[in-house]
Amino acid sequence: MTEIALILLSSVLVNNFVLTKFLGICPFLGTSSKVETAVGMSFAVMFVMTVASTVSWLVQQYVLIPLELEYLQTIFFILIIAALVQFIEMMIHKTSPVLYQGLGIFLPLITTNCAVLGVAILNVQQEQTFLTSALYGFGAAVGFALVLILFAGLRERIEVAPVPTLFKGSPLALITAGMMSLAFMGFSGLVKF
Amino acid sequence: MTGLLYALASLGAFALVAGIVLAIAQKVFHIEGDPMVDKLDALLPQTQCGQCGYPGCKPYATAVACGEADVNHCVPGGERTMLQIADLMGVEPKDLEAEPVAPMLAFVREDECIGCTLCIKACPVDAIIGAPKQYHTVIADHCTGCTLCVEPCPVDCIDMLMKPELIEHWSWPLPDTKRAQLGHERREQHAGHG
Repeated sequence: MTEIALILLSSVLVNNFVLTKFLGICPFLGTSSKVETAVGMSFAVMFVMTVASTVSWLVQQYVLIPLELEYLQTIFFILIIAALVQFIEMMIHKTSPVLYQGLGIFLPLITTNCAVLGVAILNVQQEQTFLTSALYGFGAAVGFALVLILFAGLRERIEVAPVPTLFKGSPLALITAGMMSLAFMGFSGLVKF
Repeated sequence: MTGLLYALASLGAFALVAGIVLAIAQKVFHIEGDPMVDKLDALLPQTQCGQCGYPGCKPYATAVACGEADVNHCVPGGERTMLQIADLMGVEPKDLEAEPVAPMLAFVREDECIGCTLCIKACPVDAIIGAPKQYHTVIADHCTGCTLCVEPCPVDCIDMLMKPELIEHWSWPLPDTKRAQLGHERREQHAGHG
C-alpha cells in the first residue's frame, strides 16, 4: 500500500513529467489557453498514457524479451501509442465533436508527445512490474493533467490581466511555466531517498 | 537470420492486430457525414477558385447545406449550377450575384514572363504549364477565367482576354441579356475592323 502511494506521489508531484522532467512541453503550452480544452486533453492523455504503459510493458515482457528483440523497443512502443491515439481520436470525434474541434491538431499530436513514450521507456528501464508500471503511467498522466489544468487556469486569468504589451501571450506563458516548474522543484524535498 | 525473421514477423503481426482493432473501432465510431454537403459538393465545378467568398468548393457546399450561404455565389458554375443547387435545397432560384460576364481567358505575355512559377501555384485547375526560369503559358481549354493567377504575378504579365467564341459552344443568346449585348458589341467591333 505504501509502495502504491509512493509511486503515485512520486510520479504526480515529485517527478512530475512536465515540470521536472520537461517532457510533453508542446501540448502543455499548446492546449492550455482554455481550461475546457485542457481538461479534455488531460483525459485523452490520461487514457493514452495508462493504456500505453501497460500494453508496452506486456509487449516488452512477452514479445520483445523472449524473442530477444529489445532493440525494437522504440518502434514497437511508437506503434502502440499511434494506434491508441487513433482509437481515442475516433472516440472523441464521435462522442464530443466540440472537444474534437477544440483539441484540433494536438489530439493526433499526442502520438508524438514525448511524455507518453517517456513513460513507456522509463518503465522498462526501471524494471517495473505490471502493476507498478500501470500505476506509474497513470500517475504520470495525472501529474500531466494536474499541471496542464493549473496552467490553463493561470493563463485564463493572465489573459485578462493588464500586463505590458511586451509580455502579452507567449512570453508571459513561458515565464509562468518557469515559475510553476520552480514551485514543483520544491516537491523534491518531500521524499527523503 | 532467424532474429531478423522474428523481428519482421512480430512487428508485422502486431501492426496487423492494431490495424484490425482500429478498423473495428472505425466501424463502431462511424460518423455520419452530412449527405447534403457531399451532394452539393458534387454539383460544384471543383475549381476551388474562391470567388464565392469561401476557401473552396467544399466549404461553400457546407455553408449552403447549413443555410449560411445563398445558392447563387458560384461564379464558374453559372446559372446552371445555381439552378441545380436551388433544386436540391428546395429553395427559390435566385439571380446570380455576379453579373454574367463574357467568358475570360488568361494569357501570359511570354516575353515578359520571368518564369517564377507563382501563377502555376495559384491556378486552381492546373491550366498553366511551365517550369522555373522557363516561360509559362496557359492551356486555353482548361482555363476557367477565374483571374486568380493575375494577382500573384510579380511582373504583371498576365492579361485576361475574352475567350474566343467557338462555333461548337455557341448558342443563340436570349434577347435583352448581358450576353446578347456583349455579342452585339463584339459583332460591331468586328464589322468596324473589317
